[in-house]
Amino acid sequence: MRIILALVAGSLFGAGPHISGMTDTTKVQGFLDFFGAWDVTLAFVMGGAIIPMAIAWRMVPGRAPLVGGSFAPAPDPALDRRLIAGSILFGVGWGLIGLCPGPAIASLTYGGWNSALFMIAMLGGMIMAPAAARRLDSMSGQA
Amino acid sequence: MVDRSAGGAWPERLAFLGALVAVPAVLQVGMPVDIATAQAPVLLILAGICVGIGTSIANGCTSGHGVCGISRFSPRGIVATLVYIGAGALTVLALRVVLGGL
Repeated sequence: MRIILALVAGSLFGAGPHISGMTDTTKVQGFLDFFGAWDVTLAFVMGGAIIPMAIAWRMVPGRAPLVGGSFAPAPDPALDRRLIAGSILFGVGWGLIGLCPGPAIASLTYGGWNSALFMIAMLGGMIMAPAAARRLDSMSGQA
Repeated sequence: MVDRSAGGAWPERLAFLGALVAVPAVLQVGMPVDIATAQAPVLLILAGICVGIGTSIANGCTSGHGVCGISRFSPRGIVATLVYIGAGALTVLALRVVLGGL
């Protein structure tokens, strides 16, 4: 059952961004082009995804998942240096090419070498991340 | 999978990833999207590393912070989303200036 649900979730997560243009790298860069020909449409994709998710979050308290396990607990809400530095890095990478992790995986079959190269570099970055985080923590100054 | 945290959950993670790859492959036939066409390899590698490190140490990306975080009014999600959209906008601006397209 969990595998079937994973297939459904993966299919939706693959189809949604594809149909809405979130995997279109030109469109993503257009969305980030605040100082040029700004294409606002992807903000509606994100907004549209946030609404059903907000309803889902409201239903979570007091319930357990139907297929076993438990819902992830709410994470520590503290704003730390890792969050800010990581988000800046992610934003730069996202702006450079127009790919974030989901679409990067979704485009593997048709993105050719561009997608493969990005994907390999992204996995490399994920492997380097713990070391980068430790280095960030050890830098001087207030966190 | 990269962080080996899956444990016994790897079949469902594999199913999720399989569907995530397969469904757009089919959709691409009927409604193709433009993907990173003719990008310099060095730019792809640099961007990939930034996205990989960034999303890992910030614990989320457009889906994690943007959709899941904002929808539960998480301060971390909201701040992260504002920061990465701002950084992305400045990066696109920088690209435009460098490429002379502004």
